[in-house]
Amino acid sequence: MKNNTEKKISFGGYLRSALFQNKVIILFTVLCIGCIAASNTSLNYIASEVFSRFGRNACLVLALIIPCLAGLGMNFGIVVGAIAAQIAIFFVVHWGFTGIGGFMLCALMSTPMAILFGWLLGILFNKTKGSEMITGLVLGFFADGVYRLFTLYIIGGLIPYDDPNLLDRGFGLRNAFDLSDSIKYALDDISFVTVFRIFMIVIIALQLINLMIGSKKNMAVDKKESSMKLIAAIVGLVLTFVLMAIPGISGMIGGTRLVLSDTLRVAMIIYLISLVVRRFVLKREIGNDKLIRGAVLTAVVLVLSYVPFIRDILRTVKISACTYAVICLFCFFNNWILDTKLGQDMRTVGQNRIVAGSAGINVDKIRITATCISTVLAAWGQLIYLQNLGTFNTVQQQSNVGLYAVAALLVGGASVQKANNRQAIIGVVLFHTLFVVAPLAATQLIGDSAISEYIRMFICYGVIAVSLAMHAWKKKGRKVEKKTSEDGAAKDAVKTIA
Amino acid sequence: MMEKLKSAVKHMNVPRLIIILFFLFIVFLAYTNDINVNSYIGSTIKYWGMWGVLVLAMVPSIKCGIGPNFGISLGIVCGLLGSLLSIEFGITDKFNAMVPGLGPWAAIAFAMISSAFFAWFVGIAYGKILNSVKGSEMTVTTYIGYSFIYLMCIVWFRAPFTNSEIKWPIGASGVRNSLSMDTSFGGVLNDFLGFDLGGEGGVYIPTGLVLFFLLCCLLVFLYFRSRSGLAMTAAGSNPSFARANGIDVDKMRIKGIALSTVLGAIGIVVYTQGFGILQAYTAPLQMGFQCVAAILIGGATTGKAKISHVIIGTFLFQGLLMFTPPVSNKLLAGTDISDTMRQIIQNGVILYALTKAKGGSSNEE
Repeated sequence: MKNNTEKKISFGGYLRSALFQNKVIILFTVLCIGCIAASNTSLNYIASEVFSRFGRNACLVLALIIPCLAGLGMNFGIVVGAIAAQIAIFFVVHWGFTGIGGFMLCALMSTPMAILFGWLLGILFNKTKGSEMITGLVLGFFADGVYRLFTLYIIGGLIPYDDPNLLDRGFGLRNAFDLSDSIKYALDDISFVTVFRIFMIVIIALQLINLMIGSKKNMAVDKKESSMKLIAAIVGLVLTFVLMAIPGISGMIGGTRLVLSDTLRVAMIIYLISLVVRRFVLKREIGNDKLIRGAVLTAVVLVLSYVPFIRDILRTVKISACTYAVICLFCFFNNWILDTKLGQDMRTVGQNRIVAGSAGINVDKIRITATCISTVLAAWGQLIYLQNLGTFNTVQQQSNVGLYAVAALLVGGASVQKANNRQAIIGVVLFHTLFVVAPLAATQLIGDSAISEYIRMFICYGVIAVSLAMHAWKKKGRKVEKKTSEDGAAKDAVKTIA
Repeated sequence: MMEKLKSAVKHMNVPRLIIILFFLFIVFLAYTNDINVNSYIGSTIKYWGMWGVLVLAMVPSIKCGIGPNFGISLGIVCGLLGSLLSIEFGITDKFNAMVPGLGPWAAIAFAMISSAFFAWFVGIAYGKILNSVKGSEMTVTTYIGYSFIYLMCIVWFRAPFTNSEIKWPIGASGVRNSLSMDTSFGGVLNDFLGFDLGGEGGVYIPTGLVLFFLLCCLLVFLYFRSRSGLAMTAAGSNPSFARANGIDVDKMRIKGIALSTVLGAIGIVVYTQGFGILQAYTAPLQMGFQCVAAILIGGATTGKAKISHVIIGTFLFQGLLMFTPPVSNKLLAGTDISDTMRQIIQNGVILYALTKAKGGSSNEE
């Protein structure tokens, strides 16, 4: 339907509406490019910083999407998820678990805590319908205080807890927590080959189950497709062992990090193989779908990589395969859950609570579920963040989690009611590019980097204030059915903030 | 009987009761632990007066229907600007040269009047925005307040002040992180007619400060008895009724928030003179929350507030904050738990009020 209306208007109108729809993204892109130009720093440095920050932060931002669609607005309450993750880390470090095992234990331990916190948060949100965002913010501060009481006074104070590694004053945890001997880079260091093998094994297991259940219950399972997938996965698995035997390639895909240019080549090969399989083995048409679009995009970047400065960037930037795979999983999870019955209910609740209620949906329960999911994702996101960072401030690490995540999502063009994975990804890239380059630009232009911190925070809060004001203004406009241009409110809001 | 009991429980302000009991408990602990209670009561009274006007700024905004003004930082920033201008122009020295001893009074008067002037215009603009976001005022005010503070941080950093008391020791301009008010109007209200109640070592009463706070309370009280004030209350408590009676509700809301901003500006001037140090940059960030918490502890809700709520709430909140450090220090050797406690109490009280507010602060549907 959307396409039809878009086709009817002229190209100029289409362009204008596209510009208007993406105004936030465009504004921040221009800002980023300006700052990059002013910062006078090598692009290699900026690119590798942005990629590492992206790996760190993307999951936290992706945790915001589900509550947003369920009508809870921007969930500032993800702070409690981060707290759950940090509490799990205290225990795991105390017990002395290290590496990926320790990390998985952290994830396992933080999940029930996050569900509990999310459930409580959901109940609170249900009591403050209509002002969830301020509630989330205040609750973040409140949880911060309780957490501080817990870490600084109760552990080692009221609860005996004897661990010289964690306590340095006799009571209360030490201020800075070093994870380099325990779970630092636990996830990042997993090589591409391992991730790929796990992926193949999962596919093999799924297809085996599929075939077995299908033959038992006589269900209409496409046996041919299943066995095809099974064979492909086994071939893939065997292929990894073959490839790992070749010295050059084993270094490329077996190391802890993937160089970006290698990543592109690997992606291109995978795309080509799947396209060939699709066309000649499965004998399907190749139309305009995601697969071909991805392949074309990768090919374009590969061609561009012969331009010297892009080649330099692609050779410098290293990404960790596993973390990026987890980010993809988060995206898939968001999409998957929104396609289920639960997800549809969430959308309905998000659009209109009254209609959803009269349609027989338990509104309160749906809202609690959405908050729980968001809190659990945030806890895992914080774990990914901390294992990459390797050290954290025991008391304050969690306090800005909500703020930065929300600001990033809004920069990506999301609104208080609508958000998707694409906006989250774009938002993280833009926001963190700005985070990297704004201080550099300020140092170059003004000669003092202290001011950049203020500029950064001003941007964070300003973005949130403007989008909240615009949202409230729209809501009110709908209420009294006034036709006033959207420009007006935005300009008003911008004027007062700028 | 049960009905009566139920309604009594419903009307009883639970957080206020808890805080009162907790306060009494802490004071009791202080007595039994050989802590010099007199000096802490003295500082409670001092901080009561210092915070009083800031908390009072919540009254007009709640009464006009906007709810607690989390964006009081706009007023605070105006007040800081007024104080800085007063130092920049060297008002103290100029008036001291004319009549010795008049300087600090002239300086604080100048600071208050100029900051009230700025605050009035800022408040009107702010009220106009809030009128376009009815129903989500609390959320929007918070973030506008925050972003405004950071905007002003940038301004402070580059502001072209020339007075050597204000600008950084090295560098041409910009405001220092914290500057002493000793040579300006520091302590002028606190020391006015101040005396020790009960002789040497008794409770110090900052008479001038307390009188000024009570005077402000009286003025606000009288304003809400006037025609305009009554119209504002009506506009806040029942907008459609007020509109039917020919009251311009939107105008009243703008007036209310402007008044609140002005009181916030005057409040920070009073606070700064009592504190003795002017903190410009991110210091006001949490002040809004603290003011909101204080009036809520006093018994106000997001829709109703009285002057008595201000007086009681500020005293309880500040008293609690004054008495906790020595007590926690005695009990948990060498710890200062008060900041953590402030965070928990302050935000807990606000959360409680939010759950009672029934979705948004505005009564208007």
